[in-house]
Amino acid sequence: MLGFVIQRLLQAAAIMLAMSVIVFTGVYAIGNPIDVLIPPDADQKLRAEVIVRYGLDLPLWRQYLVFLGNALQGDFGRSFLYALPTLQLILSRLPATLELALAATLAATLIGVPLGMYAGYRPDSIPARLIMGLSVLGFSLPTFWVGLILILTFAVHLGWLPAGGRGATVEVFGVGWSFLTRDGLMHLLLPALNLSLFKLAMLTRLARAGTREAMLSDFVKFARAQGLSEPLVLFRHVLKTIAIPLVTVFGLELGTTLAFAVVTETIFSWPGMGKLIIDSITALDRPVMVAYLILITFLFVVINLVVDLVYAVLDPRLRQGRTA
Amino acid sequence: MSATVETPLGAFWSEYRRDPVAVAALAVVGTLLALALLAPWITPQNPYDLKTLNLMDARRPPGHVGSGGYVHWLGTDPSGRDMLSAIVHGLRISLQMGLMAGAVAFVVGSSLGVLAAYRGGRIEAAIMRVIDLQLSFPAILLALILVALLGQGRGQLVVALIAAQYAYFARTAHGAASAERRKDYIEAALATPLSGARVIWRHLLPNCLPPLIVVGTVQIANAIALEATLSFLGLGLPITEPSLGMLIANGFPHLMNGRTWISVYPGLALILLIVAINLVGDRVRDQLNPRLKR
Repeated sequence: MLGFVIQRLLQAAAIMLAMSVIVFTGVYAIGNPIDVLIPPDADQKLRAEVIVRYGLDLPLWRQYLVFLGNALQGDFGRSFLYALPTLQLILSRLPATLELALAATLAATLIGVPLGMYAGYRPDSIPARLIMGLSVLGFSLPTFWVGLILILTFAVHLGWLPAGGRGATVEVFGVGWSFLTRDGLMHLLLPALNLSLFKLAMLTRLARAGTREAMLSDFVKFARAQGLSEPLVLFRHVLKTIAIPLVTVFGLELGTTLAFAVVTETIFSWPGMGKLIIDSITALDRPVMVAYLILITFLFVVINLVVDLVYAVLDPRLRQGRTA
Repeated sequence: MSATVETPLGAFWSEYRRDPVAVAALAVVGTLLALALLAPWITPQNPYDLKTLNLMDARRPPGHVGSGGYVHWLGTDPSGRDMLSAIVHGLRISLQMGLMAGAVAFVVGSSLGVLAAYRGGRIEAAIMRVIDLQLSFPAILLALILVALLGQGRGQLVVALIAAQYAYFARTAHGAASAERRKDYIEAALATPLSGARVIWRHLLPNCLPPLIVVGTVQIANAIALEATLSFLGLGLPITEPSLGMLIANGFPHLMNGRTWISVYPGLALILLIVAINLVGDRVRDQLNPRLKR
C-alpha cells in the first residue's frame, strides 16, 4: 500500500512539474507582455524599468526557475491588470466558484438520483421514458445555450429571478456567501441549475442503470419476501448498493464542475475564478493565466489522487493491479 | 435498375431506415450540410460584405421587409445584418471547424491507438498512460489551456479542438485493435511476407473502423459544441469569421431588451445541428453494436 501511495504521489508531482513547464513556456513564449504592460507613449527609461521589475530581461529558463521557486512559496507574481498578488486575487474569487459548484453538485444529486431510481424502478413507464429522453438532451446541449434559455425564460419573460450577479452576501470567516440571504439564493438558483445539468443527466442515467440491475438481484427478492414496503426496499436497500459508484462519480465530477463553471460564470456574470480566467485571457494578463491553470491542474491532480487512493482502500484487487 | 446483390452499405441503410427518428435526423444533418455548402449562393445577403449592410435595417424583428426589398425572416442584428444569412454562413463556419477538427483528431487518435495495440510493451504503456491522463481532464479545460497558451485564431482553435478530442479516438482504437490483434487472421497475415505497415493498414485498421465511426459522429457534434462554447466565451474565431457560437454571443446583450431573435435563432440552429448529429450517431452505434442484435 505504501508503495502504491508513493508511486501515485510521485506521478502527481511529475504531472504538476510538466504542467508548470508547458504553461509557463507557452504563456510567456507567445506574444510580448511588455506591450501589454507599458503604454505605447512611454519613454525608454520607463520601459527599461518595467522590464527589469518583472524580470522580463532574463532568458526564458531563468525566468522559469525564478517562477518555479516563487510558485513553490505560493508567489505567482502580480496581476498585470489588478496590481494584486495573483494567488490572493484567485483565492478571493474561489469561494464564489466553490459555492456555485457545490450548489450545482448538490442539486444534481438531490434531483438526479431520485429521478434515475424511479426510471430504473419503472423502466417502461411514460415518465421514465420522458426522464431518459431529457437526460439525452442534458448531455448533448451546450451549457452556455441552456444558460441563455434559462435567462430568457426566468429572467426576461417571467421576471422571477435575476439574470446575473451574486446578490447580497453575508460575511462568514471574512468571506462573502450568497446562500445565506434570500437575495443571494435567488441569484444562485439559475447558475447552479445551469451548471448542474450535465451532472444531473449523468447521475440520472447511472442511478437508473444501478437500480435496474439491483431490482433483479436476490437481496431485493428477499427484502420483498420479508414483507418490506416498496419505498423501504428502494431507499434502504437499493439506494445503499447504488451509492458507491455514485459517490465516485460525484468526486470526479466536482473537478469537471469547477472547469465548466467558466462557462456558467461568464453567462451569469458570477464573480468567480472562471470569469477571472476568461477576462485575463482576453486581456493577456499572463501571471493570472499561469497561476489559474496551475491551480486548476493541481486541484484535478489532487482529486484524481484522492479518488485513486479511496478506490485502492475499497478494492484490494485494484491496488495490486496498479502497482504491478 | 435494381441491385441483385446487396452491398454492405445497402444492408446497413435498409436497417437504418427502419427508425423514423434516425431518418429524420439524417435528413436534418443533410439539409444543414447542403445549406452550409451552398451558403454564398442561396443567402439573400453576404452578411460580411459591409456594402450590403444598411443601418436603417438594424434590429428589425423577424418578418420585416428591409431596404433590400426582401423579407428578413429571422430579423436583423444591430448592424442591419440579415439573421438568416448570418446563421447560414455561421453554420458553414461551425461545420467547417467541427469536421476539420474531427477528421484530424480521427486520424491522429486512431493511428496512436492502433499503433499502441500493435506494438504493445512499453510503447503501448507510454501512449495509453498519456491518453488516460488526458481523458481525466475535461475537454473544455484542455481547450481553455491551449487557447491561453497558443493565443486566439483559426489555426490555434483547430489545434485546441483536436487536442481535446483525439484521446477519445485513441482509446476507442486501442480497445478495438487490442481485441482484433489477438485474432487468428492477424497472426496469419503476419506469417505471410507482408510488411507490418500493410498488415495494420489493410487488415487491422478496417476491422477497427465500426466503433471509430460511432465515436467520430459524436465527436464531431462535440467539437461543434466546444467551438461554439469557446466562441461564445470570446476565445474562438476572430470576429471576421463568426461561427454560430459568436452569433449567439453577439445577440446575448440584446436578450435583456426583448430582442431575443438575435441570439435565439442561431442558438436553435446550433442545437438542431448538434442534436441531429447525436441522434444519427446513436442509431449507428446501436446498429454496429453486436450485443444489441437478436
